[in-house]
This record gives sequence, structure tokens and C-alpha cells, in this order.
Amino acid sequence: MTTIAELPPGFADKVLSAQSTFRSVMDAMARPGSVQRIVPGAGTPDRMMRGTAAIALTLFDHDTPLWLDARMSESPDVVKWLKFHTGAPVVQDSSIASFALISDGGALPPLERFALGTSEYPDRSTTVIFQVDSLDAGRSFELRGPGIDGVAMLNAAIRPFDLFERLRVNEALFPRGTDVVLVADDAVVAIPRTTRIVSKGS
Amino acid sequence: MNAPAYNFAYLDEQTKRMIRRAILKAIAIPGYQVPFASREMPMPYGWGTGGVQVTAAILGPADVLKVIDQGSDDTTNAISIRKFFAKTAGVATTTATEDATVIQTRHRIPEATLHADQVLVYQVPIPEPLRFLEPRETETRRMHALAEYGLMHVKLYEDIARFGHIATAYAYPVKVNARYVMDPSPTPKFDNPKMDNCPALQLFGAGREKRIYAIPPYTKVVSLDFEDHPFEPYRFNAPCALCGAENSYLDEIVTDDKGGRMFVCSDTDYCESRQAAGHHGSLSAAPYKEKAQGGTNG
Amino acid sequence: MYVAVKGGERAIENAHRLLADKRRGDRAVPEVTLDQISEQLGLAVDRVMSEGSLYDRELAALAIKQARGDLIEAIFLVRAFRATMPRFGASEPVDTGAMRVQRRVSSTFKDIPGGQILGPTFDYTHRLLDPALAEGFVPEAPATAEASTAPTPRVTDILGRDGLIESSPQAEDGASVGDLTREPLNFPADRDLRLQNLARGDEGFLLAMGYSTQRGYGRNHPFAGEIRFGEVEVEFSAEDVGFAVPLGSIELTECQMVNQFKGSATEAPCFTRGYGLAFGQSERKTMSMALVDRALRARELGEEALAPAQDEEFVMSHSDNVQATGFVEHLKLPHYVDFQSELGLLRKLRKEFTDAQAPDAMKEAAE
Repeated sequence: MTTIAELPPGFADKVLSAQSTFRSVMDAMARPGSVQRIVPGAGTPDRMMRGTAAIALTLFDHDTPLWLDARMSESPDVVKWLKFHTGAPVVQDSSIASFALISDGGALPPLERFALGTSEYPDRSTTVIFQVDSLDAGRSFELRGPGIDGVAMLNAAIRPFDLFERLRVNEALFPRGTDVVLVADDAVVAIPRTTRIVSKGS
Repeated sequence: MNAPAYNFAYLDEQTKRMIRRAILKAIAIPGYQVPFASREMPMPYGWGTGGVQVTAAILGPADVLKVIDQGSDDTTNAISIRKFFAKTAGVATTTATEDATVIQTRHRIPEATLHADQVLVYQVPIPEPLRFLEPRETETRRMHALAEYGLMHVKLYEDIARFGHIATAYAYPVKVNARYVMDPSPTPKFDNPKMDNCPALQLFGAGREKRIYAIPPYTKVVSLDFEDHPFEPYRFNAPCALCGAENSYLDEIVTDDKGGRMFVCSDTDYCESRQAAGHHGSLSAAPYKEKAQGGTNG
Repeated sequence: MYVAVKGGERAIENAHRLLADKRRGDRAVPEVTLDQISEQLGLAVDRVMSEGSLYDRELAALAIKQARGDLIEAIFLVRAFRATMPRFGASEPVDTGAMRVQRRVSSTFKDIPGGQILGPTFDYTHRLLDPALAEGFVPEAPATAEASTAPTPRVTDILGRDGLIESSPQAEDGASVGDLTREPLNFPADRDLRLQNLARGDEGFLLAMGYSTQRGYGRNHPFAGEIRFGEVEVEFSAEDVGFAVPLGSIELTECQMVNQFKGSATEAPCFTRGYGLAFGQSERKTMSMALVDRALRARELGEEALAPAQDEEFVMSHSDNVQATGFVEHLKLPHYVDFQSELGLLRKLRKEFTDAQAPDAMKEAAE
């Protein structure tokens, strides 16, 4: 077991690293499919990627219930690191989570188990953060929607392989829905609920 | 006594996280007003506290900030907000639209086309476009949930029945991404078309009313109208007296008490850039020369 | 020749210099000290602490001095400072039953356990301007007596023992406390948030709202069950310490209104409560707050909510003087861009009106 003193550090510069990470995530959310880079500024516990760790330090706190998939939550270091550096309460009930961290996409629960918001408050929905294998190689996807000038192309190796098919439910649910952030090491791509995706094969 | 010590860009990190989360949801749901726990700022509510909080949450040391009020960098409130960020965040400031990465604005969208590396932050007094038709938040929230916008169309149609056209000159409602009816803030309707398919991200902050909303880049923004009464932007039909521009929004300047009037660009940076590039209006020579000598600012 | 307006920056600096000069006033007159404000304008300090939501006499006094005595401006200064403070958590509920009472009156019983204590009050003073106070007045030392050890139970608790008044709803242990400075307000709002809103609300606004209920706009038949003012201990339970740590004592005023309630199909008739609490000695504020709190409970008690004071959205959206003054005063800011749009529209409408009238006028002239 790791003691708190042995935990990987948080941001060396809390203020500026959080700002720069946020701008990368904001740009990713504003321009779906575009690959943004996060400047790593923190330690990473166990199976957490650098980008995921930076996003956690930037957006999580006491006010954001957090759901971890089995692979994340079975790592005591990840749980302890998150608790110590962000204070976010880890919850078992995914439907009240502000954020969810997925490191084993193969075991992703059905998306409707996360908070989808209500039609009065569609913002009260879970932002699901996936750690994926690659955001520059893999199958090709064609993205359309707000934030995209015509069509955006994304090459990505993602599990579950049918994630984007599952996200199609966003179209019918809107304005409710699931917003997704994909992380591969220091690369980040966001797929907000407004994005429509067509697989173009590999 | 507790001596005040303030963070980078004034807001504490917990507040910034809360605002940042709201901004991300706002971008994900274009035109929807995300409630946020607006803080008391060191400037009065109604004077840009929402815009200031949004700017403070996104601003970094590499940013170049421009602040305009009524299109001008030199109005007192624009100066006051620009100085606030120069002091609390140490960021570079500019008056040149082209050079800015973050532009905070009240009541105007710059004339120069915005580019993809820019964020436009609007100060919003009343974010709810339905508020003057229905004062209750519980009601307007339900209307947005059901996309029940008939009341707004009735109001616009009553204008047509009475005046022959829609009698809304500013804060003209738009529909964002074919779903939410949104208040563009009290910009003149002349500026509405600039919001459509704009390469820059547009963020809206309403501090007193505690709402943040957004238009992502390249998003469809349509001014509400009717097939037989299409939306028409208003502009006084004259060239700018200083730079000769035929397509900019104009301020009316009262020059004497005998009915004398002149019309000049409300976007001061646009006007000055045009004059510097050699464009002239009927009265342009003297003011620009003074500026070129560097003697007028202050 | 027209020159675009420049020099706003220097204008702002000069205006602020002038303000500082006016604030100090005649240099021959001694400068007022924070101690003088805190000691001699204590009720102003109390109000600024209450509506500023920050218990700090020294900062409130500084704010009053900086604001040249404009209390809403002072409240604004305190709020803006408070907003930057880290928040460690919520204190334990204070026990006003254990208050070291300096003043305590009930209008519902002639005598009560612990006694009626008039304390420092303007009540029963004759409002005659007193020239003796103008300078150098040395008041008599106050009369003193042994501090009583008799308990001073709350009057509403005495009524509660007989079930004559609704029980005060008790929050569950460890239940989170709403905080409208940390979470945006949604409607309908629970009573904790309503009370927080009223506690921060403008005294004048609450006074007018409370008064309107007495005049029949949402009448709720109030009796001043008890008003008490004194010191209470504040304690904080830190999660890792495991017990409550005393933080110190503060002065509070509490008002419990006892209101008529006719009962419903499921509930026997009983008295209901309206509650007011404020920092320092603020009786007008707490009494008004208690009236409005009771009025806002209309929905919960199954009463028709037709009057302004019963309208939760109306009251809560307009009670905050910092919000209100900002938005009213923002009309001073330039609006010439939107005004220009309106001018353009108005000219067009007038021209259309004239054009439409013209043929008639010609026709009339022809006849």
C-alpha cells in the first residue's frame, strides 16, 4: 500500500496547469474530433494516463461525484490519489456521477446508467472520460455537428469498438445525452452529445 | 485584520473549476443556459460580472485580451475591466481585434471576421429570451424543455400585425442549432448574422442571473422570423464619417444643438485600422493624425 | 471637428482621486476611526455584517468608512471580499436557547420563564432630538445586577410542549446545508435556502414585504412569540478531529413569529412559525424576515399564494440589494449602441405612421 507521502504528486503549478488543461479540454469540446494536447504537469497513479490525471485535477472536486469502472476502482493507488488530490466523492451509483472514468471500455455499462440530465436541466449529466489506445491511428470516423466546419475526420482505436454506435442515442435524447472525452496519453478528443458520427472503416 | 490576497485572474480555483464545468456543458448543449453559482465580484452586478467570471475562468498567461463596450476599447467600463485583468492576471492586452485571443464584449460583435483561435465572451444582463413574455423561471424553463416557443412567435407576429414588421431592434432572439431560442445579449440585430457559423467560440456570462451559455464554432444560428417577413439587419444608411466604411454599424454623434448629426463606426478598432490603411470619410483627417502622433490616449 | 472620445483611463483615475478626497472631507475635522464606527455606529456595523454575510466587525467598519456611510455599498464591499474566502464547511447549528440574553421580549405571554428583559432598545424612548448628544455627552453608567442563572427557554418551545405550535422541522444529523452562494438557486427552493436568501436580503425590502402581509396582502395573523438578542457560541466539527471545536461567540438577534393556522383535513389547527435571524442587534430585520418566511410557507401549508410576499420567485429574485443596486445602476453605463438601434426603429415607425396618415389628410383637405 502506498502512503500519502508516496503518492504521485498533483500539479506542480496548480493554477496555471489547471488553466492550460482546461483550455485543451474546452477546445476539444468546442471542436469535436480535433486532437488537443495536454501539457503534463502532474504525476500519474498506476493505470491512469497523463491526460486523465490532468483532467481530474482540473475538473474534479468535492462537488463532483465520481464513478470509476472496475479496472480503475480496483487500483487502491488510483482511488487514494483521486481522493487526496481532488476530494471528489467516489460513488457506486453511476446515475448520480458528474464524471465517470473508464479504463476498460470492454466492460462499459449501458450509457443510460449514467446521468443523462433532464429536459429541464440537461446539463446535469455525466461526462464520461475514456482512456483509449490511440487517437491518431485506427478506424476512421466522419464527424459532423456544432463545432465542426463541415466534416471532421478522426482516426482512433477505441474500446468498446461500437462506442460511437452506442452514442447515436444522443440524437433522439437531445437535449439530454452523454458527453464523452477520449484520452490517449496526453492527447484528448471530445465528443459532445451534438456530434453525429459515421464509421468509415479502417 | 485579514489582508486580502487574490489568486491569478482573481477567482479562487474552486470557483474556476465550477465555472469551467459549466462552460463545458454549455458548449455541449448549444444555446442552453447552464445555471452556475455566480460569485460576488469586485464590480457591480450588471456591469459585466458574468463576462468577467467566464474570462477569468478561461484566461491564461499566454492570452492576449481585448475588452470592448459599445464596440469601443475606450469606454470607461471597458477600460476598467481591461485593467482588472491586466492587474490580477498580468495578461497582455490589445485593442486590435485580429491580435486578441480572448475578447470580452458588451453590446457588440467586432466588425472584423473572428478566427478560430479566438474566444468571444459576451456580458449578458438578462439571459432568458422569454423573460419579458413570462417572468417566471419555472415557466420559462419548462418552455425551453419542451421547445415550446410559440409565445415568442406570437410576440413577433403581434409586431407585424401592428407595425407591418418585427419591432425588435436589439437583443433580437435567435435559434441555436435548430433547438434552443437564445438571447444574443443586447447587441444590435445588425450583429446577429455574425453569430452564425462563426469560426470562434462564443461564450455568454450572466453574473446576476447566474447563467452561462455558449455557441460552439461553426454552429447554425438563425434569427427568428417569418417566411413573409424575413429578418432584416438594421444599419443607418450612410458611410462612416471617419473611415468611409459602408458596411459597419454606426454610432450617431450629436454635434450641436441645431440638429447637427454625424455617423461614425461604433467599432473603434475597425475604424482606426481602416483609417490607418488609407480609407477616409468626410471628416477623417484630423482625429487620425492626432492618434498617429501618439498624443490622444490619456 | 469631431474627435473620438479618448482619455477614459485618466478620467477614471481622476474620479477616484476626487472620491478619496470627498471621503476624507475637511482635513481640519478629525478622521473617523474604525473603533469609533464599530462602537458608536454599531447597528450600522450589524446590518453590514448581516447582509454582507460575514461576521467581522472590523472589516464591516472599514467597509462603512470606505463607502462614506453608504450601507449598501459597504455590504457590497464585504460580499466581494467574502466571495474570495475559502470555505471549510458549515458550523454546527447554534443553540439560541442557550443564548446569553441581553434582551428578550415576548408579546404572547405576560411573564415567561427567565423573565422579560428589555435590554438596550429604542422602544419607549421619546423620539426627541437630543442636543446634549451633539458633543461631549457622558452617559450614566448602566444599572447592573447579578447575572441570572435561570434558564431562558424559547417561548415557541414552551408552546411546543403542549403541541399548540407545529414542531420545528429538525434536519437529519449530517444532512448537507444548502448554500446559495455555492449552488445556483432553483425554484421551488427549500426553506433552508429561502431563509439564507432572506437573511442576506435587504432590510428595507423585507420591511416592505413584511408590512404588506400585515396590510392584507397575504395576511398571516402574526404574534411576536419572542425576540431575543445576545451572545451564542459557534462550534465547528472538523471531519478528522471527531468532535466540535469552539470557534468563539457571536451576537445574534432571533425572532420567532407565532402565526394562526386553521388546520387542514389531515392536521389539527395549531400555530405555525415564521423565523428570523440576523447578526448583531437587528430587530426590524429579523421581525420582517419572520413575517416573510411565514408568508413564503404558503405552498407548504396548502394556502393560496396570491400576494407578492407569498411569491417565492418574486421575493427571492429581488431581495438582494447588491444584485438590485448593480442592475439598477448599470443603466448609467453607455447603451448608445442599442439606443441607436431603437432610434433607427423609432424613426422608421414614425415615418410609416406619417406616411399612412398622409393620404387621409390629403383626402380630408380635398373634401
